Amino acid sequence: MSYEQPDERGHFGPYGGRFVAETLMGPLADLERAYHEARRDPAFQAELAQDLRDYVGRPSPLYLAERLTAQAGGARIYLKREDLNHTGAHKVNNTIGQALLARRMGKKRLIAETGAGQHGVATATVAARLGLSCVIYMGAEDIARQAPNVRRMRLLGAEVVSVTLGSQTLKDAMNEAMRDWATTVDETFYVIGTVSGPHPYPAMVRDFQAVIGQEARQQFLEREGRLPQALVACVGGGSNAIGLFHAFLNDAEVALYGVEAAGKGLASGRHAAPLTAGSGRGVLHGARSYLMFDEDGQIRDTHSISAGLDYPGVGPEHAWLKDSGRAQYVAVDDDAALAAFHALTRLEGILPALESSHALAYAQILAARLGRDAALIVNLSGRGDKDVETVAAHEGGRACRA
Amino acid sequence: MSRIKGTFAALAGRRAALIPFITGGDPTPSATVPLMHALVRAGADIIEIGMPFSDPMADGPAIQMAHQRALAAGTTTRMIIDLVAAFRRDDAHTPVVLMGYVNPVETMGYGVFAMACAKAGVDGVLLVDMPPEEAAEWRAQAQRAGVDTIFLLSPTTSMERLAVIAAASTGFLYYVALKGVTGASHLNIAEVAQRLAAMRRHVALPVGVGFGIRDAVSAAEVGRFADAVIVGSAIVEKIAAGGSVETMIAGVEAFVRDVRAALTRDGDLPR
Repeated sequence: MSYEQPDERGHFGPYGGRFVAETLMGPLADLERAYHEARRDPAFQAELAQDLRDYVGRPSPLYLAERLTAQAGGARIYLKREDLNHTGAHKVNNTIGQALLARRMGKKRLIAETGAGQHGVATATVAARLGLSCVIYMGAEDIARQAPNVRRMRLLGAEVVSVTLGSQTLKDAMNEAMRDWATTVDETFYVIGTVSGPHPYPAMVRDFQAVIGQEARQQFLEREGRLPQALVACVGGGSNAIGLFHAFLNDAEVALYGVEAAGKGLASGRHAAPLTAGSGRGVLHGARSYLMFDEDGQIRDTHSISAGLDYPGVGPEHAWLKDSGRAQYVAVDDDAALAAFHALTRLEGILPALESSHALAYAQILAARLGRDAALIVNLSGRGDKDVETVAAHEGGRACRA
Repeated sequence: MSRIKGTFAALAGRRAALIPFITGGDPTPSATVPLMHALVRAGADIIEIGMPFSDPMADGPAIQMAHQRALAAGTTTRMIIDLVAAFRRDDAHTPVVLMGYVNPVETMGYGVFAMACAKAGVDGVLLVDMPPEEAAEWRAQAQRAGVDTIFLLSPTTSMERLAVIAAASTGFLYYVALKGVTGASHLNIAEVAQRLAAMRRHVALPVGVGFGIRDAVSAAEVGRFADAVIVGSAIVEKIAAGGSVETMIAGVEAFVRDVRAALTRDGDLPR
């Protein structure tokens, strides 16, 4: 079985595509052309590989979490340590690639949207390194709940623009970044942080993140002499999940689990789980995918304790993987994610991002179900330093329980 | 002959058509039909009605706020179609074009939406975030219902794409005069004129120009070479100014009348 997606116009089955206003159609075609040239250029690939090694610190380790495994009481739980990357999350794999592409295209200015701030930090970081100017759009609500990352971006020389329209979260930041790009398209490169948006972004971001799974597959084979039974990753837009899954797509015996944010519970309606409890197919931010909207097609407000998952859509390739049955999607609520956050912190001495904590919560359940002969890999997509305030605020006096 | 075709045919060689834009349901659904009639009294040749969307990515602040006001007042896509039907009871002549985003239309279903538009007397539809490459099914449904499909041209449109867009369009083409979102300023008139002249060699349909036309002066300048002048944000800002509905409507009517007078004055200039 071989997997060749998307088609030449960016479609993953009925999903993906290029749903943007005319002003962006030409620039997207230019980007697609430049990206196709770059990926076939050995010099580009060599520079990318060197940066991933010397600047990001790749390969990231594959770590067997023994005490977490013991507590879950089943399959061995391995963590792909993307939290150990420079800037503390998987996001930098992609921003390094896009920034090199921006430089190749002669663009002097990077813009990006960010939810948790990890993609914003990763973009501001590569902009500083390449001497490019940088503007980050971030919802006002996210600025309040991810203050440490806002300070980091500003230290790196980025301008952080607070988006006060709409729900003031990731979706609104993306609207505003698209508006900026349409206005400044000659000099600006829009660094999209997830496998969403118009073609070629979903495929391009996937390609840059695929290093996660390529490494993990090789590391696991060396360690265990076989493939894992399952992979688990959180899904907001879905870049860390696609990055882990991709090298395993043709390994039919490896089950793939994407974990969405159930927020206050799927029944409450206050969640961010378009694949597990959305409204079906819709079009937002340049692509068709699963989406959360009301009976009139208006995009619904979402909720998750983790800013990085608080988004009503999902990358089109995930929609395709769900429909094809190759991946399964589940949802974990705020409380379960918080419990997993504490479990990993106390059992392994690793503070996970709240986003990744959703994957950890499901991995514990899955490990128990798969039993002791099995093993699985969780993408620990980011570190949780940024979330210390959120956790404290959420738990009140309980944050420092001893 | 369709209402849109007839309108352009009647104006050909005389002056540019005036196409004012308002967001349907802004500030409330009950204000929309009176506003549409006021636009006609002021000299509108075609009326463009925005269908509110929660995430209007191609719009600047003025129209974003208009969409939010309309949605907060309970406006839905179905309601916009009903408002056009109500307008048609007293005006069988003025073409009405709906402008919106894909998701609400796709949620209703292209076929259901197109048939409802035709029944209500909507003449054309422009879906901002649907380029011709993604529009095969929508075009088939609109054609079946007899609704014109209007597409955008922009300063970044290549000549190859121009041919694709022109082939997919009926009624007229909408040239986005500048890179950016609705309501922006800094329109370079000479540049717009030059680009339009280049495009026109490949396009048989009338071409309207919008984005960045803020007042009577810029409308008159653009009207010298465009087939239609589209004015949106400047009108929507007057709706946002508030006051009683009567005062607001009177203010919009006076503004549009000024713009139309400027187009008429310049009507005899070489086109």
